[in-house]
Amino acid sequence: MIAIRDPALFQIIQLSLRVSGVALLFSTLIGIPLGAMLGLTRFAGRRLVVALLYTGMGFPPVVVGLFVYLMLSRSGPLGRLNWAAVPALFTPAAMVVAQCIISFPLVAGFTMAAVMGLDPQLRQQVQALGATRWQTTAAILMEARVGVVVSVIAGFGSIISEVGAVMMVGGNIEHKTRVLTTAIVLETRKGNFLAMAIGIVLLAISFVTNVAMLYLQGRTFEE
Amino acid sequence: MNETTAAQTRDPIFRLQGVNKAYNGRCVLHVGSLDIRRGEVFALVGPSGAGKSTLLRLLNFLEPPTSGAIRFLDVPFSASQPMPLDLRRRVTTVFQRPVLLNRSVRENVKYGLHLRGRRDGDRLVDATLEQVGLHELSDQRARTLSGGEAQRVALARAMVLKPDALLLDEPTANLDPYNVGLIEEIVRRLNREQGTTLVLVTHNVFQARRLADRVALLLEGQVIEEADVETFFQSPRDPRTGAFVRGEMVY
Repeated sequence: MIAIRDPALFQIIQLSLRVSGVALLFSTLIGIPLGAMLGLTRFAGRRLVVALLYTGMGFPPVVVGLFVYLMLSRSGPLGRLNWAAVPALFTPAAMVVAQCIISFPLVAGFTMAAVMGLDPQLRQQVQALGATRWQTTAAILMEARVGVVVSVIAGFGSIISEVGAVMMVGGNIEHKTRVLTTAIVLETRKGNFLAMAIGIVLLAISFVTNVAMLYLQGRTFEE
Repeated sequence: MNETTAAQTRDPIFRLQGVNKAYNGRCVLHVGSLDIRRGEVFALVGPSGAGKSTLLRLLNFLEPPTSGAIRFLDVPFSASQPMPLDLRRRVTTVFQRPVLLNRSVRENVKYGLHLRGRRDGDRLVDATLEQVGLHELSDQRARTLSGGEAQRVALARAMVLKPDALLLDEPTANLDPYNVGLIEEIVRRLNREQGTTLVLVTHNVFQARRLADRVALLLEGQVIEEADVETFFQSPRDPRTGAFVRGEMVY
């Protein structure tokens, strides 16, 4: 209702969903295979990777923002290259990069935990039925689906609600990089009641997406 | 007696030569030479830790031998030669503790056919569920089954694939006598009617005697004696076989 009356707010909601949606898509594409690999294989250095991943799960977004800011700034190691593939600071693409870094460890970490929580004999029995390596991995992720969906929910929750990184690399520019969380900060500073309304919109988005994702877990909860 | 001689002249489905399996440098299995013949029921008996389950994993191509080779239908399988997928899919195992997928009974039985890209198996699935006496439970979720029912689902999901060789790893160890009887009857029929080769691992000598054509005793990773069921139980060559079938300690 508020959104329809206020085109500026509508734009902010749209950008929030787009940035966090794209970031979540990339985090899922990286995080689920990485989590499955860490949960299913043993290799030299696995412990170190897991330790890094756990650290990543608790990274303060503002520090991630600072890191991406330094990397992408004109004089930073990546910004200096001036490549087309490297997004410029204060663009939605830069915000996507930062949010990816925040959410993929959560997706990977929870996926790994879900996979490791399965019966260790499952893999052998599926293989004995004639599954290829890919079919085995698919079956395992399917069996771990409750945990895998939780990993995606956690990844989404961490970025849709995050302020520090988008503020730092996005800059909260009106019509360009302003998202729900940075708008709340701004409106609150201005002493504007609109902040509360935006907060409610954010909560509503979170609720609706989580309910939608619960459906992906399938009938598991109805038993 | 005639059946035994016929079985003896049949060509081997598995032929093991100099097969060793070691974990972390510790040798757990050493089989100089062993043939499993097409269409027979071959029982592997021995105390726990003798390497029986390890041998079954090798026969299902789940792990390669550390050295030596297993020939399946004359195709070698060794550390450097993986078994081609289509041949690997002609062997399957029913494990002591079945791990079923968190789906319906029917979906579990269908799963192996799905893996093979077959979508036409509905009637076969129904018939197989009928055979193991679970047709009424086909829409129930597999998690809610009792131990005996779960094991029959595991048997059905293996049978539906019509394997050349079916490996049974202590399939009735944790079950009540009713389910033991059912499962023994189903696999016996499978062997007689479809000619499926069965390799049965058991520590229960009575079960081996009830089902097997030939029996081998495995001790500490080595085949101590291999003989047809009569000889194995009546006049074993090795004193340790005699001790084992009488239920005495053999270590």
